[in-house]
Amino acid sequence: MRRIFFAASAAAFLLLGAAPRPAAAQTLRIGLREDPDVLDPTLGGSYVGRIVFAGMCDKLFDYDTKLDIVPQLATGYEYKDPTHLILHLRPGVTFQDGEKFDAAAVKYTLMRDLTMKGTLRKGQIDAISAIDVIDPLTVELVLKSPDSPLLAQLAGRPGIMVAPEVAEKEGAKFGLHPVCAGPFSFVKRVPEQEIVLQRFPGYWNAKAIHFDQVVYVPIVNSAVRLANLQSGALDLVEYIVPTDVPAVEKDPKLKLAMSWSPGYDGITFNVGKGPMAKSPIGESADLRKAFDLAIDRKALIQVVYNGLYPAIAQANPPGSPFYIPSVQPPARNIPEAQKLVAASGFKAPVTVTMIVPNSPDILQAAQVVQAMVKPAGFDLKIQAMEFASSLAAAHAGDFQSYLIGWSGRADADGNMYSFLHTGGGFNWGGYSDPVVNKLLDEARLYTSVPERDAVYAKLWARVHEQMPLIYLWGLKNIVGMKKELMGFRQVPDGIIRIQGMSMAN
Amino acid sequence: MRGYLGSRIAQILPTLFLVSIIVFGLQQLMPGDPALVIAGESAGDPALVAQIRNELMLNRPVPVQYLHWLDNVLHGNLGYSWRLQEPVMQLVEQKLPVTAQLSVMAFLFAVVIGVPMGILSAVKRNTAWDWLANGIGLFGLSIPTFWLGIVMILVVSVWLGWLPPSGYVPLTQNWVRSLATTVMPAFVLGNAIAAILMRHTRSAMLVALGQDYVRTARAKGLSEWVVVLRHALRNALIPVVTLGALQLGALLSGAVLTEQVFSVPGIGKLVVDAVFNRDYPVIQGVVLVTALLYVLLNLITDLLYFLINPRMHAG
Repeated sequence: MRRIFFAASAAAFLLLGAAPRPAAAQTLRIGLREDPDVLDPTLGGSYVGRIVFAGMCDKLFDYDTKLDIVPQLATGYEYKDPTHLILHLRPGVTFQDGEKFDAAAVKYTLMRDLTMKGTLRKGQIDAISAIDVIDPLTVELVLKSPDSPLLAQLAGRPGIMVAPEVAEKEGAKFGLHPVCAGPFSFVKRVPEQEIVLQRFPGYWNAKAIHFDQVVYVPIVNSAVRLANLQSGALDLVEYIVPTDVPAVEKDPKLKLAMSWSPGYDGITFNVGKGPMAKSPIGESADLRKAFDLAIDRKALIQVVYNGLYPAIAQANPPGSPFYIPSVQPPARNIPEAQKLVAASGFKAPVTVTMIVPNSPDILQAAQVVQAMVKPAGFDLKIQAMEFASSLAAAHAGDFQSYLIGWSGRADADGNMYSFLHTGGGFNWGGYSDPVVNKLLDEARLYTSVPERDAVYAKLWARVHEQMPLIYLWGLKNIVGMKKELMGFRQVPDGIIRIQGMSMAN
Repeated sequence: MRGYLGSRIAQILPTLFLVSIIVFGLQQLMPGDPALVIAGESAGDPALVAQIRNELMLNRPVPVQYLHWLDNVLHGNLGYSWRLQEPVMQLVEQKLPVTAQLSVMAFLFAVVIGVPMGILSAVKRNTAWDWLANGIGLFGLSIPTFWLGIVMILVVSVWLGWLPPSGYVPLTQNWVRSLATTVMPAFVLGNAIAAILMRHTRSAMLVALGQDYVRTARAKGLSEWVVVLRHALRNALIPVVTLGALQLGALLSGAVLTEQVFSVPGIGKLVVDAVFNRDYPVIQGVVLVTALLYVLLNLITDLLYFLINPRMHAG
């Protein structure tokens, strides 16, 4: 009896295997470094959320591989005058629920970004004072004052268009089932597990889409993320840590794509916020310059990041159109650093405390800096902190120095204004210089890159006299993927664009 | 028995109330500003941060915030995740079965490995079997969970390609793939508990095997395995069951490290992410639900004693 049962089971098993199966939908599985927050472009604030939005929500404009602004849902723009920006919209576009994309939808979305309760977008586009619908495919944005960074914002999250009827009906719950005008429709999300999108047949650029489904999988641990790529469980991983690059390069089944990123890491000094600013390093520009001269950026990058990142002395890394080639980090010079310490009037060794988020690479970098600055006459005390705590300490001015990074913006203003302008939201150190303020405001009035770069060159000269920030290294986008994944376009903002990608058979 | 049960159930509400106050208070002591974390890349806008604080009532006195939350809880509403904008109850309902599945599998691994090893170690005391069992126990206790997890992923998933390296498939969706995604994390999790169970089973068995009734059973001519399993083990199980229930409770509260390593979207991962993101409603909701489960598990443990040994009194 037992033998008959096993034989029947085996036969059934074989038959099941032999039965013709429907062609499997082609699915692209993308590993993310963390789980996105709410999937509402008005309310969301996480970087990885932007990667998911790229799969399901088109924007008014986008970036190409050179970080030039290119058409997407808008086909073009013009300035009637510096405070009137006209947008021309793409005809024949529909949202994933069938609603028409038109000027009214643009007005609705931008007003939502400006006025919705909990919006995180208002500060990015509050240069807009009014939005006028000229005709179904033309919108006019009236600005409070000239604002050259605004266009870049419309190529970012504020430019993501949402289906007005759905957004109006769902309100704050829109993020639970977002509806946009991108290549894939939202199917489901299980937080911390996966986000599933299904191909949208009515997408305006459907011929560029070669997958039926996209699944985003958040995996926080970088080693496990890599293991998933190596085992074939993922097709692409949006961020490979530099120390894993050799493993991917050695693997014959995988390939890498690397590009510059607008992000950077550096040290912020508290020079003017609260009692902690009254420290030797906070009060003396000579000491800060000595600190800068004591650091060998190239050696640090080699040790911590396998030499993959560029050494920098400004907020816009090489590759950025706003990178000023003449502004280079100094070579390490201990005798000169020691002279500056002596000239400061403070007795060596000068004690400096540095708060450092407790991620392994940043901690390691802090330890390298600690060793490097010692011969110059600094006793650096490292205070490792969990990230949210370090952010709160920085906002409160409860630090002397802070080793922290910024994910970067395509437009230079996003990397500089908030950090260096008096009262800027990320100006944790309370830096304030009227000359720098004037230069930052002036740069906003120009629309051409060369004109803005001329202003920024003067700005860096001024900032380096006072050294409120030490810029250490620029970041890179390092994407790992299966060798047979074709058509990947590496855009410096690090966002994964599925248009044009396909799996070679 | 009924009176005992009634008094135990009556203790649940004050316990939960106390837990809720403690966790709410401890949250306030955590450094870090939830508004800054929620603002994310827009944290540089002070007006926005102030607006978020206002909307989340973070600028109200702590007792007011607590009473507002408590009022919602008493109406069956655990609030909304600040990060995900999803109801906390819905998140708990999603994640708890995942952790439950992982915990049960880990517990089964622990019992299947730990209890027999403990019995063997006690019966074959001071022999090679005893030393082998102790060695395996020491390994289980000493090896860090995250290290073992990553090594297993490397060997089993990357090199051998036998099992998926991470993730989770619900049992109801595909039980084969579900087991495939959970067997490794369950083994890693159960491994440390197996060691604990082994040690306690061994100690309890050694005590039981030294008792007069065991000597009597042997004198009556019963086989050694009947003496061990039917007589000695039954009494030795009492402390082991207590320990086992406590361990299961600990598992349910979140196999935090294991879930992080294997990206299993369970309750442990949920609460860790909530702590890092200062998502207070999720922390409070998960802790409350976990405390309730823990209390209920303890109650079930006590009831199990009566099943194992009906002569025990409630005491």
